[in-house]
Amino acid sequence: MNAIAKGFRGFAAYMGSLMGADAYAKYLEHFSATGHAGPAMTEREFWRDRMDRQDSNPQGRCC
Amino acid sequence: MGKIPDQAGLEEGLDPTLPSPAVDDSVREAEERRWTPAKIGLWVAISLLGAVAWFMVALVRGETVNAIWFVFAAVCTYLIGYRFYSKVIERYLLKPDDRRATPAEYKADGKDYVRTDRNVLFGHHFAAIAGAGPLVGPVIAAQMGYLPGTIWIIVGVVLAGAVQDYLVMFFSMRRGGRSLGQMAREELGLVGGTAALIATLLIMIIIVAILALVVVNALGESPWGVFSVGMTIPIALFMGVYLRFIRPGKVMEVSIIGFVLLMAAIIGGGAVAGTEWGAAFFHLDKVTIAWGLIIYGFIAAILPVWLLLAPRDYLSTFMKIGVIVMLALAIIVVRPEITVPAFSEFASRENGPVFSGALFPFLFVTIACGALSGFHALISSGTTPKLIEKERQTRFIAYGGMLMESFVAIMALVAAISIDRGIYFAMNAPLALTGGTVETAATWVNSLGLANVNITPDVLAQTAKDVGEESIISRSGGAPTLAVGLAHIMQQFIGGPGLMAFWYHFAIMFEALFILTAVDAGTRVARFMLQDSIGNFVPKFKEASWRPGAWLCTAIMVAAWGAVLIMGVTDPLGGINTLFPLFGIANQLLAAIALAVCLAIVAKRGTFKWLWIVAVPLAFAAVVTITASFHKIFSPVPAVGYFANNQAFSKALADGKTEFGTAKSVAAMEAVIRNTAIQGWLSVIFVVLSIIVILTALLASFKAIRAGGGQGHEDPAVPSKVFAPAGLIPTPAEKALLGEWNALPVEKRTEKAGHH
Repeated sequence: MNAIAKGFRGFAAYMGSLMGADAYAKYLEHFSATGHAGPAMTEREFWRDRMDRQDSNPQGRCC
Repeated sequence: MGKIPDQAGLEEGLDPTLPSPAVDDSVREAEERRWTPAKIGLWVAISLLGAVAWFMVALVRGETVNAIWFVFAAVCTYLIGYRFYSKVIERYLLKPDDRRATPAEYKADGKDYVRTDRNVLFGHHFAAIAGAGPLVGPVIAAQMGYLPGTIWIIVGVVLAGAVQDYLVMFFSMRRGGRSLGQMAREELGLVGGTAALIATLLIMIIIVAILALVVVNALGESPWGVFSVGMTIPIALFMGVYLRFIRPGKVMEVSIIGFVLLMAAIIGGGAVAGTEWGAAFFHLDKVTIAWGLIIYGFIAAILPVWLLLAPRDYLSTFMKIGVIVMLALAIIVVRPEITVPAFSEFASRENGPVFSGALFPFLFVTIACGALSGFHALISSGTTPKLIEKERQTRFIAYGGMLMESFVAIMALVAAISIDRGIYFAMNAPLALTGGTVETAATWVNSLGLANVNITPDVLAQTAKDVGEESIISRSGGAPTLAVGLAHIMQQFIGGPGLMAFWYHFAIMFEALFILTAVDAGTRVARFMLQDSIGNFVPKFKEASWRPGAWLCTAIMVAAWGAVLIMGVTDPLGGINTLFPLFGIANQLLAAIALAVCLAIVAKRGTFKWLWIVAVPLAFAAVVTITASFHKIFSPVPAVGYFANNQAFSKALADGKTEFGTAKSVAAMEAVIRNTAIQGWLSVIFVVLSIIVILTALLASFKAIRAGGGQGHEDPAVPSKVFAPAGLIPTPAEKALLGEWNALPVEKRTEKAGHH
C-alpha cells in the first residue's frame, strides 16, 4: 500500500512538473542562488509576469 | 565567433573545487563498447522479436494480422534505431560535450532559461510536438492498405524525422536557443534566409487552415460534438480566471478541475443532443462552424495568453498524456485483429477517393507528422533548447521524443484499420461520391469492387447510432474515422458497447482540443513573424505591445488561413482530398528546409565523412516533396493536377455546360476553377521557395567542403558547473559521478553559473 501511494505521488509530481506547476519554486531557487538586490516576486506576481511574457513570446504547438 | 569554438580552453575553465561536469571520455567509451553476455542477449532478443514482428506484418498473408505485431515491430525498431543509429549521430556527427554549459546554465534567468530534469523535459517536448497531425495523417493514408504507411512511419522516423529533430535541437542549443529562421539567415545568407522565412510563414498558414478543416469536418452536423467542444471555451476561461485571481500557480489542481468539467461536457453533450432544442440549436452546417472558428481564432489570438491559451494548453497536455497511455494499454490488452489488406486496390492507382495521387510520392506526404514533420523544427529550435540541462541529453529528448510521436502514429493507424473497410471508405470519401445517405453510400462502396467488402445500409446506420451521430457518411478528415476506431477498441477495454458514443466523442474532443491549441498558437507565432518582417520596413511594427499593429497582423493571418478554410469547406470536390496533400507537402517542404540548414551547419563544422546522415533524409524529403509538387502542378490527370483540373472545368464552362463531374451548378464549377487556381499557385510558390533554400544550402555546404570547413555561429563555450545523466536510466559511471556531486555540501551543489 505504501509503495502504491509512493508511486502515485511520484507520478503526480512528474505530471506537475511536466505542466510547469513547479515554475515558481524553480524561480525562487534560481533567485536565492544568484542573489539579487530586491526581494523576489511573490507567487501571484510571478505567475502574472510569466503569462504576460508569453503574450509577447508565443510558443509554437505542433500539429 | 571564430571557427568552431575553441574547446581547448574548456578544460582549464572548469571549477577545480567541483567534481567533473562530465563523465570522463575514456570511461564512457569503455562503458559503451563493453558487451557483456547479458547485454548481447538482450539486443539479440530485441532484434529477433522485431524480425518476427516485421515478418508477421509484412510477409505473412493470412486472413488477418494481429495488431500486437504492429506494436512489437515499431517498438523493437525504435529501440534498435535509438541505441545504434542515434548513437552514431551523437558520436561522429554532433559530438556533444558535457563539459560545456547549456544555455539553461549560462543564460539561467529562472524564467525562460531553466535547467529542467531530462525526464520532465522529454514529456514537455513530446507534448509540444505531438498533436492531431500524427493522429489523422495515418488514417487518411490507410486508403492504400496498412503496409506502406507502417513502413514509412517506422523506418522514416528512425532515418529522417528523429534525425531532423535531433540535429535542429542540438544546433539551436549550441546557439543559445535560436529559432530555425534565425539559423537559416545566419547560415544561408540573405536570399536563402528570406526565402526560408516566407516559406515558413506560408506553410504555417496552410497547416493551420487544414487542421481547422479537420475540426470543421468532425463537428459539422454533429450537435453532440459542437456542444462538448464548444464547452471547452467557457471551461478554459474559468480555468484562466481561477489561475489568475483565485489560486495562482495551482496548475495541477486547476487541470484536474478542468478535466472533470471536460468529462461532464462530453456526457452532458449526449443529453443535450438528445433533446429537441439541443439538437436544433447545436446542429450547425460546416460553413457556419468554419465562420465560427475564424471569428474564434481572431479573438483567441488577441486575448491575453492567461485567459484562454494557457489554460487550454494545460488541458490539452493533460489529455494528451492520458489518451496516449490509455490507447497503448487498450491496444495491448484488446489486441484487435486487422482484416485490411497490406496493399489495397488503391495502392497502384492514383484516383483513390480519400486522397488522390499515386503511392509515390503522395503516401509519404500524407502521413505527415508521424514520420517526418518540418513543423517540429520550429519547436525543437527555440523553446526546448533553452531548458536542456546537459548537452548529451538532446539525444534522449529530441530523438527519443520523436520516436514516441511515431508510436502515436502507429497506434492511430492500428485504430483506423481495425474498423471495417466498407465503413472506412463510406466515412472518408467526399459527399459527391457517397451521395450522403446510407443507401447511396453502401451502393457506392460496394461498386468499388474491394475484396471482402460488402456493406449494407443497416451497418452504416447502426454504426452512426452506436457512436451517437446522425450520420457517419462522408465525415472526411481522419478525425471521425480515428474516433470510430478508438471507440471500437476502447469499448472492448472499458465499458462495453454502451460506452461507444462516449468514447467517440471523447476522441473528437481531444482531437479538437489539440487542433484548437495549434490554431491559436500558430496564429500567434505567425503574427509575430509577420510583425517582425513588416518591422524591417516600418519599425513601429516590431513593438509587440503596439495594439493596432498586433491586431492588424493577427487579422491578416486569420484572414489568410480563414480563406483557405472556407475554400476547403465549400469545395465541390470534397476539400480534404484536394487540400490534405497540400498540407503534407507544406509540412515536408519545411522539413527539407530544416534539413538543408542542418546540412550547411554540418559542412561548416568540417565533419564531411558523416554528411550523408543529413544528406540522405534531405535528398529523400526533397525528392518526395518536389515530385509531389510537380505532380500537383504539371500532372495532366485532373484528379491529381490542380491546373489540369482547372482547365477541364474552364473548358466545360466555356462549352456551356451547367454541371461537370462532382460540381452540380455553374457556381460550383466556378468555385472549382477558383480553388484549383489558388491551390496550384500555392504549390508553385512553396516549391520555388523551397528549391531556393535547398540550393543556397547546397551552395553554402559546397563552399564549406572546398574550404575544409566554414565559419561557425555557435555561442562561445562556457565551462559547466553541473552534472546530470544523459538518458532515462543512469549508467554505472554516471551513477558514480552523481554520487560525487551528491556528496558535496548543499550550498556548493546548487551553485549556479552565476548571474550575468
